[in-house]
Amino acid sequence: MSILEVKNINKTFGKTEVLKGIDFTIQKGEVLVILGSSGSGKTTLLRSLNFLETPEQGQIYLNDSLLADFADSAKMSDEQIREKRLHFGLVFQSFHLFPQYSVLENLTLAMKIHRDAKRKNKDILAQIDAEAMMLLDRVGLAEKRDAYPFQLSGGQQQRVAIARALALKPDILCFDEPTSALDPELTGEVLKVIRELKDSETTMIIVTHEMHFARHVADKILFMADGVVEEEGTAEQIFESPQSEKLKNFLSKIYD
Amino acid sequence: MSFMQVTESLTAGFLENCKLFTLTLLMALPLGLLVAAGSMTRFRPIRWLSRMFVWVIRSTPLMLQLFVVLYAPGLLFGTPMKSRMTAALLAFVINYAAYFSEIYRGGIEGIPQGQYEAGQVLGLTRMQIFWKIIFMQVIKRILPPMSNEVLTLVKDTSLARVIAISELLMSAERFAGKGLIWPLFFTGIYFLLFCGGLTLLFSYIEKKLDYYKG
Repeated sequence: MSILEVKNINKTFGKTEVLKGIDFTIQKGEVLVILGSSGSGKTTLLRSLNFLETPEQGQIYLNDSLLADFADSAKMSDEQIREKRLHFGLVFQSFHLFPQYSVLENLTLAMKIHRDAKRKNKDILAQIDAEAMMLLDRVGLAEKRDAYPFQLSGGQQQRVAIARALALKPDILCFDEPTSALDPELTGEVLKVIRELKDSETTMIIVTHEMHFARHVADKILFMADGVVEEEGTAEQIFESPQSEKLKNFLSKIYD
Repeated sequence: MSFMQVTESLTAGFLENCKLFTLTLLMALPLGLLVAAGSMTRFRPIRWLSRMFVWVIRSTPLMLQLFVVLYAPGLLFGTPMKSRMTAALLAFVINYAAYFSEIYRGGIEGIPQGQYEAGQVLGLTRMQIFWKIIFMQVIKRILPPMSNEVLTLVKDTSLARVIAISELLMSAERFAGKGLIWPLFFTGIYFLLFCGGLTLLFSYIEKKLDYYKG
């Protein structure tokens, strides 16, 4: 049984077809890496899964039951979309932490709203704080709980963003080029956190340009070009025996 | 005419300015936010109406608006304004809401799209995103232009004398009419002190919000 099945996603911006019928599946605990040159539609695909873009067509099945049929998207209410969205988490390229909140508050803000924790509910609040602290500990930033985002390095900010996405316990965690905005010496700490998440069987979809990392973390790789899945396979298949010309081209450009 | 008598009379006048200032702020600040929301909505008729409103108000003198608000209800509908103070207040609230709305709009549009999206993927509603994430950042950004506008409002309250509100300058002019000129200059002290206090208040709030960047 697949945790996620995506069928025939189509998305156009104006006259440009960005996604032309994307299909793929992931099993629970798998890591799917999406590769492709810029403009191939990777980010749009990820944003569609998180309902930040509305494709014209396509279905998303979660645990074999239909989560969304975009052909009927006009019928989805804001509330329904919010509910569906919570199955996914998204870590952005440029973090998007909330600057006015401390690290801990960045994690707990949505938790408190969703669990309707008012100031007087001391037990629930303490419980939420404890859960958030465990997540901060997991990304190695427990001692930064009271710091503000501007006081952190890019790598630390991205680790907080990962913890924030995990706080709502999504079924599938998506990463949109999580290290592209970082200085090279800071990418390691973020990739390490993602690797640890893989070890704890977190289902993830990762758009990245870090080839070495992709190779080691991916259970499955999609190579996208011009809005279609050009090639799909294990890391070994993709890197050792690429079939399509576009993929060969892409890899040769990167390894030259 | 003793110094005490003049001060007493000017202070009574200045209380009118203070009243107009405070009530205008209390009403124009929220109303401006509403107008800003109108100018940014995707619903075209409302957006068009809000922007039209801002254009008209910002393109005509406040003095003219005071006359219009005082006389138009009586001339057009036969229901004259009951009190001059109400008319003045109405004109000021409308005028300042228009200016505030543009400051809010600038502040809101300056917040990166990513802040909204981060809230969306956390499953928050539009209202929750605005009030819990965006609004505080907007306040920090608009504080400098707001403080400008608020100081201008203090001084603008003197315009209310054109519809015969006995505010500070009018009180001083009464003395001038009797040949006593110095009270006219003395009014400057009131404005200086009041605006000085506001300037301190604004820099205090700015410092308070200095704990974060962005």
